[in-house]
Amino acid sequence: MARPDIDQSFADLPYEAMADAALSKAQNLNVSYADFRFERLKGQLINMRDLQLEGLVTSESLGFAVRLVKDGSWGFAASVELSTEAAARAVEQAADVARTLSSLNSEPVELADEPIYEDSFVSSYGVDPFSVPDEEKISFLKGVNEKVLASKKADHVDFALSQVLENKFFASLSGSKITQQRVRLQGNFDAVRIDKDSGAFDTMRSNAVPVGKGWEYISSEYDFMADAEEIPSLLEEKMVSKSVDPGRYDLVIDPTNLWLTIHESIGHATELDRALGYEAAYAGTSFATIDNLGKLQYGSEVMHVTGDRLVENGLASVGYDDEGVAAQQWDIIKDGVLVGYQLNRQMAEKQGFGRSNGCAFADSPLHVPLQRMPNVSLQPGQKNLSLDDLIGGVDRGIYIVGDKSWSIDMQRYNFQFTGQRFYEIRSGKIVGQLKDVAYQATTTDFWNSMEAVGGPSTYLLGGAFNCGKGQPGQIAPVSHGAPVALFRQINVLNTTQEGGSS
Amino acid sequence: MKIQDTMEKIIELSKADECIVISEESSNANVRWANNTTTTNGVAEARKLYVISTKNKRVGVVGRTYFPEDQLEDLVRESEAACEDKPEAEDYAPLIEGISNDGWSESLDRIGIEVFSNFAPELAQVFKEAASSDIKLFGFADHSTTAVYLATSSGMRLGHMQGEGKLEVNAKSSDYSRSSWVGQATSTFKDIDLSRHYERLQQRLGWADTKLDLDPGHYEVLLEPSAVSDMLLYSYWTSLARDADEGRTVFSKPGGGNRKGEQLYPDNVTIYSDPSEPGFEVSPFQVVPTSSSQASVFDNGLACGRTEWVSRGVLQSLVTPRYWAEKNEGPAVPFIDNLIFPSSGPSLDDMISSTKRALLVTCLWYIREVDPQTLLLTGLTRDGVFLVEDGEVKGAVNNFRFNMSPVAMLGQAQELGTSEPTLAREFGDYFTFAKMPPVRVADWNMSSVSQAT
Repeated sequence: MARPDIDQSFADLPYEAMADAALSKAQNLNVSYADFRFERLKGQLINMRDLQLEGLVTSESLGFAVRLVKDGSWGFAASVELSTEAAARAVEQAADVARTLSSLNSEPVELADEPIYEDSFVSSYGVDPFSVPDEEKISFLKGVNEKVLASKKADHVDFALSQVLENKFFASLSGSKITQQRVRLQGNFDAVRIDKDSGAFDTMRSNAVPVGKGWEYISSEYDFMADAEEIPSLLEEKMVSKSVDPGRYDLVIDPTNLWLTIHESIGHATELDRALGYEAAYAGTSFATIDNLGKLQYGSEVMHVTGDRLVENGLASVGYDDEGVAAQQWDIIKDGVLVGYQLNRQMAEKQGFGRSNGCAFADSPLHVPLQRMPNVSLQPGQKNLSLDDLIGGVDRGIYIVGDKSWSIDMQRYNFQFTGQRFYEIRSGKIVGQLKDVAYQATTTDFWNSMEAVGGPSTYLLGGAFNCGKGQPGQIAPVSHGAPVALFRQINVLNTTQEGGSS
Repeated sequence: MKIQDTMEKIIELSKADECIVISEESSNANVRWANNTTTTNGVAEARKLYVISTKNKRVGVVGRTYFPEDQLEDLVRESEAACEDKPEAEDYAPLIEGISNDGWSESLDRIGIEVFSNFAPELAQVFKEAASSDIKLFGFADHSTTAVYLATSSGMRLGHMQGEGKLEVNAKSSDYSRSSWVGQATSTFKDIDLSRHYERLQQRLGWADTKLDLDPGHYEVLLEPSAVSDMLLYSYWTSLARDADEGRTVFSKPGGGNRKGEQLYPDNVTIYSDPSEPGFEVSPFQVVPTSSSQASVFDNGLACGRTEWVSRGVLQSLVTPRYWAEKNEGPAVPFIDNLIFPSSGPSLDDMISSTKRALLVTCLWYIREVDPQTLLLTGLTRDGVFLVEDGEVKGAVNNFRFNMSPVAMLGQAQELGTSEPTLAREFGDYFTFAKMPPVRVADWNMSSVSQAT
C-alpha cells in the first residue's frame, strides 16, 4: 500500500526552530546528551450505547520534551507551550532536575551508539480516519448495533471506536532529525444478554483486532455485519451451555485469545528493564533474568518468538524509536530457548549488547521514553497445520476464542485468562460451547506444554491500544501475531465455583 | 492571556444554543528509583481545554492542548460544526445555571523539581542506610498541582485547585527473596515522613526472615488498608445506576431495577464520599468532558455533597447522572473523587494479637474482573503475605493468586480496624484519596500459589 505524506498541518508547526533553540541551549550547558521530541496526537473516541450516541470527543494534544544527561544524571522537562523561548527554558529546567537529583544517582548514564539519521516515516494506511465525517462513523456504528438488537437475542449492545493519528519529530544533539506519522484504530462491540427472571447476564464481543490501519479497516476490511449476525446467537447459546468441570484439559487456543497470553507472559517478561529491576516497585520484575539468556527453556521446541518494530500495520511499528534508533527485528525465543530481550540505548550499553534494538517509546510529549514493548509474535509452524488438524488431535479439551479477563503476577509466573467463547472438544471434534472457563498456569510450564502451532493460514496479528507501564503511568499500542496453538493438560477453573465459599 | 479570560472569550464567541468550557492546567514533578539509584525523573507543564457546544440538543466536543488567541474562533466554530451531524443527545438536560465560586479567580500554584528539595537528601541518606544493610530500594515520588475551571453560557464560573501526590517505596533483600512495600497519598508532599516508612519496611523484611510455604485454599485474612482500598475502588467504579438498572452489574436486581435498599454487608459497614472531608478535599463540583453511563456533559457544575454509598450495610446510593435521575424520578448522584470507610475499631497490631490463624495481606496487584455477575475479581498478593498464628506473625508466606468479589468480601467482614489514610497499590494511579480500615475477612479464596517474590 502506498504510504501517505506527512500531514502538512503538522509539518507547518514550529518544531525545527524549537529544536534548534533547545539543542543549542543544551550545548551551552555542556551536557553529554540531549534530545528534543515534539508530538501531536489527534484522537477521537466514539461510544454508541444501543442506538444512542453516548459520547464522541475529538481531541488534539501538542507538546514537546527535552531530555538530557548532565554530569551523568538524567534531566527531563516537558511543556505544551510552543515557542523557542519555552524550548530553551525547558532545557534549563531539565538541567535543574539533573542537578537537584544528582545526589540520588550512583550509576552515570551512558548510551549505546546509534548512527545519525535525517529521515521521515509514515505508516501504511489507506484512509486517514480524521478525514471521514463523524456522521458516516456514527451511521456505521448505529447500523451494526441495530443489527445486533434486531436479533432479539441481545438486550443491549455497546460499540466503542478509538482512532489515533500520531506525529512525532525527534532531533538529537548528535544530529539526527526524524519526522514520523502513524495511524491506528480499534473498534469492537459488546453484546449483552440478560435473563430478566434470574438476573443472569453475560456479554460477548465482536472479533475485530486493533490495527495500524486507517478507516478502510472499519468500513470494508473487517466484516462487522457478519459478527452482528453471529454474535447474538452465540451469546444465547453460551448462556445455556454447560458450566465447565474444573480440571486438566488440552487447550486449542485461537490467536484472538493467545495474543494476550503472549503479551503478558512473553512480551512483558522479556523487557530488559523489568529483568534488571527498574520496574520492581510498580509493573514488577521478570523471572527471565539476564543470567538465563541463551539457557532458559522458555517453551517447547516449536516455540519461535520474534520482536519487531517493522511489521506492516503493527501497532508498535515505527521507522525510529523515541531515542532515534532505527526499527529492527530480532529473535526473543528460538527453538524454545530465551535468546533476546527488548532494549533501549541505556540498557544496551550497560549490559554490553552493543546497540539498542529500538524499544524506547513515550505515549505523550509530556512523558519520558521508557523501554516499551515492540510487536512480539509467536511465529507459525512449518507444517502448515490447520485449526481442524489441532482440534483433531485432542481427545478431551477446549477451544478458546477471544480475550476477556487477564491477570499475571509481578514476576510473570502465574497467570489466569478467560475468553469470549469456549468450545468443548471431544474425540477430535467440537461438540458445543462451555461457560465459566478460566485457564491458569505458570508461564514456563504453559509454553513447554505447547505441542503444536498452526501454519501461516491460521496466523493473525492481534494486539492492544493500552498496554500500561511506568510511573507516571504510560500506555502503549502493541501488536502480537500468533497462529492457533495446542497446549496439553492445562489447569482449567470454573469461575462460578471460584467465587463461592469454601 | 489568563485561562479564565480565554474561557470568557470562548463563551463570547459561541453561537451555539449552549456552550460549556472546561480547562485543566497542571504542573508535575516526579522522581523514580531502582536498586538504590534514580532511573527516570522530570517536570512537566500541561493544559487541556474542552469546548462543548450544543445545538438543538446535539452535542459537539473538541479538546485541545494548544489554543492561541488567534485560533479561538476556529476552535469554537469547530465545536459548533461538530453538533451538526450528530443525533439528539439522549442525556440532554438544560445546563445548570448561574453558580460561581472563589476558585474561579484563583491561579495554578506551579511547582518544579524543588518540591523534592528536602526529600531528595533524605532519600539519598536512606539509600546509604539500605545499601549498608544489603537492602535495595525501588520507588516513585510524584507531586502535581492542578487547576480545573468550568465556564458555561448559563453563567457558571467555577474553579478548583488540587494538590495531589504520592510516595511509594518497595524494599527488597539484595537477592529479591524478601520484599515489602509502603505507600502514602498526599496533597502537599510536605507530610512525607520517609524515615517512618523505612522503619516499617525494615520491620516487614524482618518478619520475612522466616519463610513458610502454604498451599492454595480458603483462608481467613487480615487485609491491610491498601488492599481494602483496591477492592472497594473497583466496587465503587461499578456502582453505576444505569448499568445496574439495565441488569448489567452485581448491583442489578433480578426482575429489573437495582439493589438499593438491600442489606449487602454487616451493619457496621458505612462507606461514603465527601469532597470536604478534612485531609481528603477534592473537587466539589462535576467536570465532565464527554458523556458515559457514569456522568453526562450536562452534569457539568453539579454540586458534589456528602454521599453515603453504603449505610449500616445497606446499599444506599449509586452514581446517577442528571438525565438518568430525571428518567427514574430520583436524585442525581455524582461520582466523587474520594472514598471514606470510617471505622474506629482496633489497631492492626491488636487485630494481629487477637488472631488465632490468618494471613496478613499487605497489598494486592493486577486486579481484573472475571465475572461481572458477582463482581468476581482475580489478582495477586504482593510484597508481604504473613502467617499469623496465636496472635503473632510467624513469618512470610508465598504469594497467591486470589479469586474474590469485593461484595462477598465485605459481606463476610468479621472485624473492622481503625481507618487510616491509605494508597491503593494498584488503583492509586487513578484514585488518590481514600481512608480505609484493615478488615478481617472470614473466607478468602487463594486460588493458586504464585512463585513471584
